Amino acid sequence: MNEQNGTILSVKDLKTYFQTEDGVVKAVDGISFELKKGETIGVVGESGSGKSVTNLSIMRLIPEPPGKIVNGDIIFNGIDIRKLSIEDVRKIRGKRIAMIFQDPMTSLNPFLKISSQLMEVTQLHLGHTKEQAYQHAIKMLKTVGIPDAESRINGYPHEFSGGMRQRVMIAMALSCQPELLIADEPTTALDVTIQAQILELIKNLKAEFGASVILITHDLGVVAGMTEKIIVMYAGKVFETAPTAELFATPANPYTKGLLKSVPDPAHEEGTELYQIPGLPPDVAHLPPGCPFAERCERAQEICVQEFPPFVQINENHYSLCHFAKEVYAESVAERENKNER
Amino acid sequence: MLSFIIRRLLLVIPMALLVVTLTWVLIRAAPGSFYSSEKKLPPAIEANIKKKYGLDKPWYQQYGLMMGNILRLDFGDSLKYQGQSVNEIIKRHFPYSATIGLLAYILALILGLTAGIVAALKQNSAFDYGSMALAMLGLSVPNFVLGPILVLVFSLWLFIFPPARWGGLMALVLPVITLSMIYAAYIARLTRAGMLEVMRSDYIRTARAKGLAEWKVLLKHALRGGIVPVVSFTGPALASLLAGTVVVEKVFAIPGLGNIFIQAVLNRDEPLILGIVAFLSILIMIFNLAVDISYGFLDPRIRYE
Repeated sequence: MNEQNGTILSVKDLKTYFQTEDGVVKAVDGISFELKKGETIGVVGESGSGKSVTNLSIMRLIPEPPGKIVNGDIIFNGIDIRKLSIEDVRKIRGKRIAMIFQDPMTSLNPFLKISSQLMEVTQLHLGHTKEQAYQHAIKMLKTVGIPDAESRINGYPHEFSGGMRQRVMIAMALSCQPELLIADEPTTALDVTIQAQILELIKNLKAEFGASVILITHDLGVVAGMTEKIIVMYAGKVFETAPTAELFATPANPYTKGLLKSVPDPAHEEGTELYQIPGLPPDVAHLPPGCPFAERCERAQEICVQEFPPFVQINENHYSLCHFAKEVYAESVAERENKNER
Repeated sequence: MLSFIIRRLLLVIPMALLVVTLTWVLIRAAPGSFYSSEKKLPPAIEANIKKKYGLDKPWYQQYGLMMGNILRLDFGDSLKYQGQSVNEIIKRHFPYSATIGLLAYILALILGLTAGIVAALKQNSAFDYGSMALAMLGLSVPNFVLGPILVLVFSLWLFIFPPARWGGLMALVLPVITLSMIYAAYIARLTRAGMLEVMRSDYIRTARAKGLAEWKVLLKHALRGGIVPVVSFTGPALASLLAGTVVVEKVFAIPGLGNIFIQAVLNRDEPLILGIVAFLSILIMIFNLAVDISYGFLDPRIRYE
């Protein structure tokens, strides 16, 4: 068992492909990462970069067909999830690994009462009786800060606001005290003010329940204050991974730099045009042989189009998928020092 | 909710009157009448009879009389079946049609829902293609073809079921099957489409992520949304089934309402036509109301006020 070194989840060379009329879409193509107990990692990338598919793969929730996990190990607490029967996977889903989805408006069943949707989880996994499950559900709703939980539990999802629904989703996900919580863009569909509340809630509950968290988002601002480590994904590949502070301070990948530059900074950029990475994410069904980002990269050279880039280790925990990773890193360090001198 | 039902029920009255009026106009507009048979009645007798039924009065008085009768739910006597009131005739023949219609719809629901749900779950499997091909066949084969074929096979060759006429459970089998096939096929296709749509939705993924077994995801989370189209279909389908179907009643010689209706039209039996039309329109409206009410139970987002 891996428990002594504190690793809760280890994903190695995960490949999830989708068979489409347009050819094989390599939605996730060789992703590896590790998550330590109690740690929060952020998975960042544009739409279609494979963030969600990675995490659905961990839960074995990829619709099959057309999707299929074609390669890789997903080791959760020493259990190889890919080798489990679907019945055994179901025992883990919702109990030991729980998920919060992007759109709380559509992720709750509109036909069922909140109580029934919450109760079925603990009745299934913790063997609760109806009464126990009901009381537990009320307790969970209170935990996530739903006022008047005793009466609201008998309501239907459409009677809740977006933020409240996401709280219900969180209550549902945490009701069996999962060891791993996967939050797939938990704030994307919410108002900015609610976003902060929900993030704060996840942060607090994570501490309270001692869960590890994978936070998927396309918003760098979201991961900044929440995570210890960040994985930047692009076209189904890990482009860069580093501890959060280091990734923000000294990115070693042009794509990450582009992402960071795209975050508006009203204090310093007033009046200037907003930066955006030129072009569009590539069609993952027809990837060129070279670097998938080459077409949009400012410093692309001949080699970038010809050869697939290496995964370069910058230091102990910092890796970057780029032919010029070391140079980009050096630039970032230099920029950093410049800024500090000023 | 209650006020919604009352309002809808009140609406039944003007709607039924409108339908009856249109029917009345159509009957009058069509050439010929009950008395225009090949064997001409002596003018004196015809005048007498017309006087008895009030047909000698101007049309607006006749219309007013008819409306007055209908508001009292009294359609008068049939012209053809002397001395029998329209109400009696409907009361006598409706149970035959209703029995067969109801049984046929229940059978159609069982077959259609099962086939549709399994086909949706095993999308693109052999069962899916097989049952949907069968459903297409069921939709395409008219029941005046299916009925005689069933009679040929099960009555004349195998001697299992009686070929026609009313009497006993065994006699119900063939007409019920004949009648239900089209509906079963339609329900199967509706269910499959509805379930496929729901199974793709986010909340089904949530249910799966909770670790629920697939059958529970299906029955608890997907079914309610998936069968909404079937419920919508049930109102008009059941109403027209209960009211009798001409072809099946003809093929199996069942004295149902559908047969009587056609006879009434051919005989130009005005009171009987109007009576049956009013009865059917009220039946259809009540079933549609029942469907609308059941939406509210099916989907909590729907509220009536």
